[in-house]
Amino acid sequence: MDFQPTEDQKALREGVRSFLEGQVPFDRFPALEKSKGFDPALWGELAEMGVFALRLAEDEGGIGLGFADAILVFAELGRRLIPGPIVWSHLAAGLIDGAATGEVVVGGVDLIGPRPDPIVLEHLDSLDVLLVLRPEGIERVNPRDIEATEIEIPLDSLTPVHHAPTLPAGEMIGDAAAAARMRLEGAALVSGIQLGLAEGALELANAYAKERQQFGRPIGGFQAVKHLLAEMFVKQEAARAGAYNAAATLDAPEVANVQRAVSSAKITAGEGAIRNARTGIQVHGGMGFTWEVLAHYYLKRAWVCENLFGTQDEHAEKIAEILENLA
Amino acid sequence: MDLRYTAEEQKFRNELAAWLASEVPGYGTPPPVDVWDERRAYDTGWQKKLFDAGYAGINWPKEYGGRDASLVEQLIYFEEIAKANAPYVGVNFVGTLHGGPTIMAEGTEAQRAFHIPRILAGEEVWCQGFSEPGAGSDLAGLQTRAERDGDNYVVNGHKIWTSFAQVADYCEMLVRTDPEAPKHRGISWLIMPMDLDGIDIRPLPTLEGEGEFSEVFLEDVRIPIVNRIGEENDGWRVTNVTLRFERGTAFASDMIQLQAFVQRMIEAAKKITSDGTTAWDDKSLRREIGHISGELESLWAMVKLSVCEAKESGVPGVGASAVKLYYTDIYQRTTELAVRLLGRAGLSRSDFLDLPSHLFINRHFNAISVSIAAGTTQIQKNIIGERILGLPKEPRTPA
Repeated sequence: MDFQPTEDQKALREGVRSFLEGQVPFDRFPALEKSKGFDPALWGELAEMGVFALRLAEDEGGIGLGFADAILVFAELGRRLIPGPIVWSHLAAGLIDGAATGEVVVGGVDLIGPRPDPIVLEHLDSLDVLLVLRPEGIERVNPRDIEATEIEIPLDSLTPVHHAPTLPAGEMIGDAAAAARMRLEGAALVSGIQLGLAEGALELANAYAKERQQFGRPIGGFQAVKHLLAEMFVKQEAARAGAYNAAATLDAPEVANVQRAVSSAKITAGEGAIRNARTGIQVHGGMGFTWEVLAHYYLKRAWVCENLFGTQDEHAEKIAEILENLA
Repeated sequence: MDLRYTAEEQKFRNELAAWLASEVPGYGTPPPVDVWDERRAYDTGWQKKLFDAGYAGINWPKEYGGRDASLVEQLIYFEEIAKANAPYVGVNFVGTLHGGPTIMAEGTEAQRAFHIPRILAGEEVWCQGFSEPGAGSDLAGLQTRAERDGDNYVVNGHKIWTSFAQVADYCEMLVRTDPEAPKHRGISWLIMPMDLDGIDIRPLPTLEGEGEFSEVFLEDVRIPIVNRIGEENDGWRVTNVTLRFERGTAFASDMIQLQAFVQRMIEAAKKITSDGTTAWDDKSLRREIGHISGELESLWAMVKLSVCEAKESGVPGVGASAVKLYYTDIYQRTTELAVRLLGRAGLSRSDFLDLPSHLFINRHFNAISVSIAAGTTQIQKNIIGERILGLPKEPRTPA
C-alpha cells in the first residue's frame, strides 16, 4: 500500500494548479458572473487540459487515468472555484458524444435521493444535453424541451439555477445500475471539489491572517485566530483523507466497501468545505462579509456541493445501513 | 494513491491474524485496574507472547529483537490487534512507545543493548517522569534539579502524571542540569531505576476514580551519570524525539477500536425502547452514528496518508498533530453520544440491566483525557498554526 499520491500524480496536481492560476485569475470572476458562470472559452480550455476526458479509455480518445488522478484534478478545480457543470460533463465522457472534448456541454440532475423535489437545474442555459438520474436508469433529455423558470437570485452567483415543475420524458440511455453507479462516482468527484474548497478557504484566510495587523501585530499571531486556522487545517486534512480514500477505493474496489468510502468522503469533505468557508469569513472579520473579498464564494459553492449527489445526512443514513448489516 | 496491499503485506496480515486467533481467546480477561501486580503480570505476559512470536517491537531493528517491519506493516499490526481484541499495551506503553524508541534513536550502544531487548520481552516496565506541577504545557519550564556528585546526579523535585509508577522498573526522567542556561538548554534526559532510595510514589486518582497516574517525589535520589540519554543539557531535543513518537502512532489501536465501539452503540440502541420503537429506529440517531462512522473512516485514511508520507523519514511528522486533534474530537463526540443514548441508565456506571453503562461512561471519561494528554488540544493547535501554517509565534517570556 502506498496511499500518498505518486510522483506523476503530484506533477498532475501541480500542472493543473499552475494552469488554473494562470488562466483563471480571480479578477476574471466579475466577467464570469456576467456570463452566469459559463464561459465557452474557459470550457474549451478545461477540455483541452483533459478535465472531461481524464478517465475515458485511451482507445476511446481519453487519457485513461483513474479516480485517484481525477480527485486531484477536481480538488484543484474546487480550490480555484471553477464554475460550470464540470462533474456531469466528466461523468458523461464516453456516454454522450462530444462531452469528452467539451464540444457538447452536459449537465444533469439527480432524482434518485430521498428528496428529489423540487427539481432545480444548474447551468441550464449553457447545456446541450441534460442527464436525469432516476431510480430506474439514466435519461437523456434535450434542455430545449424543458419548461423551466430561471431563479432570479441564485445562492451562488456563478451557479445559475432554473426550477422545473416536471421534466419531459427523455431517452433511456442507462439502466438502474448505471444510474446508481454514476451517482456514486459523482459523489466522489464532488468530494474532490469540496476538498479544494476547504483548501482554498484556508489558503485565503491564512494569507490574510499574516498580513492583517491589529493591536500592532498580525492577527494570526493571536491564539484566538491561530486556533481557528488550525481547526481549518484539520478539516482540510480530514477532507483530503476522505476524498482520497473514496477515489482509491473506487480504483481498487476489492480493498473495501466502495459505498462506505464514498459516503464517508461526502460527509468529511462536505463538512470541511462548509466549515472552512464559514471560519474563513470569520478570520477576515468585516472584510469577509463583503462581496469584494473572495471568501463568500467558498461558502456559496460549498452549499451548492452539499446538495449534489446526496447530502451529508443522506450519506450518514447510508453508512448507518451498512453498519446495521455488519452487526 | 494505492490502497492495495502487496502480497508480502497481505502475508504478514494473514500470519498475524492466524496467530492472534490462536492466542487471544485463551489468554484470559484483564485483572481489575487497581490490582497492580496482576495488571503487570497480565500486560507483560502478553508482551512476552508477542516477543516469542516475533511480533514485539515490530518497527524496531532485528538486532535488538524487533521485527524491522515497514510502517505499512505497523498499520496492519494495529488493525489486526484491534480486530482480534488482543490485550491492550497497558503497562508496556511507556517502554514500547516512548522510552524504548527514544533509547533506540538517542541512546548509547550499551544502553540499547541492555534495555531494548528487555523492554520488548516484557521484562522491563517504564514510567514517564516529564510533567511537574509547575510544568505542564510549558514542559521546558521543569524545575526538578540534578546536581553532579562524583559519578552520580543527585536529583530533587516533584513529578506528576507519572503513568504506571507503581509497577515500573525505570522512569524516563527529565531534570534540570543547568539552572543558569535558557530553559530549553539546561535539561537532561535520565534513565532512573525505580528502586533507588529517595523515591516516594503517591497514587493520583483521576476523575475516573482509579487509573494509572501517580505523583513522584524525589529526595536526594542518586542517578548514575552513565544513565543519561544524549548529552548533558541536550535533553530538550531528545524529549522532542520522544514526543514525536507519542503523537505518531500511539493512538492507532484506539482509533480502530472506536469503530467497534460504534457497533456496541448500535447494539445498545436496538435494546433501548420507548413508545414501542427502539432508539435505533430514530432517524436522527442513525444519522449521527453514520456521520461519526464516516468521520472515523476518514480518520483512519488520514493515518494511512500520514504514515505513507513518513515512509522516507521513518518518524511521524508534525502532521501527526492534525491526526491527534481529529481523533480527539471524534472520540469525545462519539462517547458523548453513547452517554446520551443511555439516558437515565447512564446514572449507573456499572452495567445496568443489559446496557453497557460501564463501558460507555468509562470511555467517555477516557475521551476527556485525550484532549489534555500528550500535548493539549490548544498546544497542538499552536503547533499546526506555527509549524505548518507559518503563523507568527506566541510571545514568550525570554528565559
